[in-house]
Amino acid sequence: MGAIVIDLEKCNGCTMCSRACPYQAIEMADKKARWIEDRCTLCGACLESCKFDALFGEMPVPEVPDFSDRRGVWVFVEQHDGEFHRSAFELLGCARGLADELGQEVVAAVLGNDLKEKASRLIHHGADRCILVDDPSLAYYQTCTHTHALSELVKQHRPNILLIAATHLGRDMAPRLARRLGLGLTADCTRLTIDPDERILLQTRPAFGGNIMATIVSRFSRPQTATVRPGIMTPLPADSSRTGEVSVAQVDMAACREFTRVLECVLPEEKGVDLASAKIIVAGGRPVCSDRGVSVLREFADAVGGEMACTRVVVEEGFLPATRQVGQTGQSVRPAVYFACGISGAVQHKAGMDGSRYVVAINKDPDAPIFEIADFAIVGDLFEILPALTRAMRER
Amino acid sequence: MNIVVLVKQVPNTTDVKIDPKTGNLIREGVASIINPEDRHGLEAGLQIREKLGGTVTVISMGPPQAMETVCECLAMGADRGILLSDRAFAGADTWATSTALGMAVRKLGEFDLILAGRQAIDGDTAQIGPQVAEFLRIAQLTYVRRLDAQEGKVIAERALEDGCEHIEAPTPVLVTVLGALNKPRHPTVEGILAATSERSPVEVWNAADIGVKVQDVGLAGSLTHVVRTFTPKGARDTRRLEGSATVIAAELLEALRQKEIRLGE
Repeated sequence: MGAIVIDLEKCNGCTMCSRACPYQAIEMADKKARWIEDRCTLCGACLESCKFDALFGEMPVPEVPDFSDRRGVWVFVEQHDGEFHRSAFELLGCARGLADELGQEVVAAVLGNDLKEKASRLIHHGADRCILVDDPSLAYYQTCTHTHALSELVKQHRPNILLIAATHLGRDMAPRLARRLGLGLTADCTRLTIDPDERILLQTRPAFGGNIMATIVSRFSRPQTATVRPGIMTPLPADSSRTGEVSVAQVDMAACREFTRVLECVLPEEKGVDLASAKIIVAGGRPVCSDRGVSVLREFADAVGGEMACTRVVVEEGFLPATRQVGQTGQSVRPAVYFACGISGAVQHKAGMDGSRYVVAINKDPDAPIFEIADFAIVGDLFEILPALTRAMRER
Repeated sequence: MNIVVLVKQVPNTTDVKIDPKTGNLIREGVASIINPEDRHGLEAGLQIREKLGGTVTVISMGPPQAMETVCECLAMGADRGILLSDRAFAGADTWATSTALGMAVRKLGEFDLILAGRQAIDGDTAQIGPQVAEFLRIAQLTYVRRLDAQEGKVIAERALEDGCEHIEAPTPVLVTVLGALNKPRHPTVEGILAATSERSPVEVWNAADIGVKVQDVGLAGSLTHVVRTFTPKGARDTRRLEGSATVIAAELLEALRQKEIRLGE
């Protein structure tokens, strides 16, 4: 910690420093300045004010520590009921590229119970090594147990980079972990690269609903930690010839105090919608908010073999379940073709689908923003266009 | 129950632009509001106070104009408002922000429940809630869409990507809420008059008041730094399809076939 030192020989009690202090941290006593440590924020305003060289500051200087010994690109592997979440494979694909650039290894960190047999899949998808913490208390996600186990692993192994999926789970755990370990954390990254000069992680993320992109660095802490939007990074194809070490790390889970108790977990009735891996998506906006609208959408989706999706308003109006929502608060998708039907193209929606290879936009409003990111623009009524498309598909 | 609500003042839009010369956000002409999900956090706090008694204290960090937000919270019914405002707080990332908010909560003393919106519409990070909870070493419940507070504990419904979970946590606990939780009330006229009067229970705290050094907060205390901001470009060549629905349908299917998109398989 720093300090302000007052040379009482030189201080002539002019009060300039006391008046310059924004925090009332210097008072006058016996016609001399007196430093009040509790109030001082070490801002340095007093130092500049003294004309008699009576004040000296011992200020903490921020230095970028030497992190050259930190190695390894780590992926936190999210799992539910013992099944690895698809985001883990996306992160491994991304981590592989970063690690090759740095000449370092990819490590998959798995927290769970009895998952050792499955770990080879992570190796096949790009990990060089897999480290597990195997404990019954980690079978179901809880903030306190997972944060504890992962932070202990990070302390033991001192990685250079740590990637966590920006799922509900990841966005619950990552900030807690970062605060505990003193890590900078960048949320919801959509692009990760290595700076060619500094060799640090460039973390690019959308802000203001995707209107602005920011590239962020963590120079002062390791591992450089980022959460990554699911559905953006590309997994590597499985290569079963890849081999790697799978080890079990010892973490004292008894040291973790349980705060919370899960009473029950309620899964939705409709399961198995996997928009993120759908090749064709037929998405509807406000105009499909009717029984007829949904059926027109469904008939076309069935005809092209696509999954139905929608904007937030369709979920809010109760016409499709939340699992089919695409956008900032829904899912990110990257199909080969995305049919945007009656979707105006708010930035929040675009954020979830602008990685699509081709976008077909159908909208009555010729000025709808969706047309700005469309490959094929159709200005018209989806209640005419979609049935025509469905007929044309069936006639083929 | 002693309740603390964390609120943030944000631009009333996500439609912001970057000044191409300075690289800074253009905020002129954009009205400010209470971050929408934070209003739901405040509403939850007010409802719990109505049921169990206690106090609701609002804490916000921001420039002096963020006092508008604190006053609006008082006008909705909060008992006390604190604005953390100091040039030393400017430019903070979530690490430095959670340090300041955590120190402010600590200065308040005893509390049972901290409420906040899940995330703010300007940054969308959702990091402040968990980071403040960790700073204070208390439990956290995020993505909460139903909340039942009782003496000594809360029971919450957390939204998951598919489904939800019901969790019980002892107090003190920090809860971040979704808009689905409740419908926020409007400020009352009497509330607005009281909140903006001379005897309004609002305070402004600076770095010294919460006991931090300038090196620990704001840009200086941040662990992450923005090296570049830019406007994403939409790089697609748009082809307009015109004519009757039948003609458009045939053209589109042919164009997609040429791009080797396989439909209906």
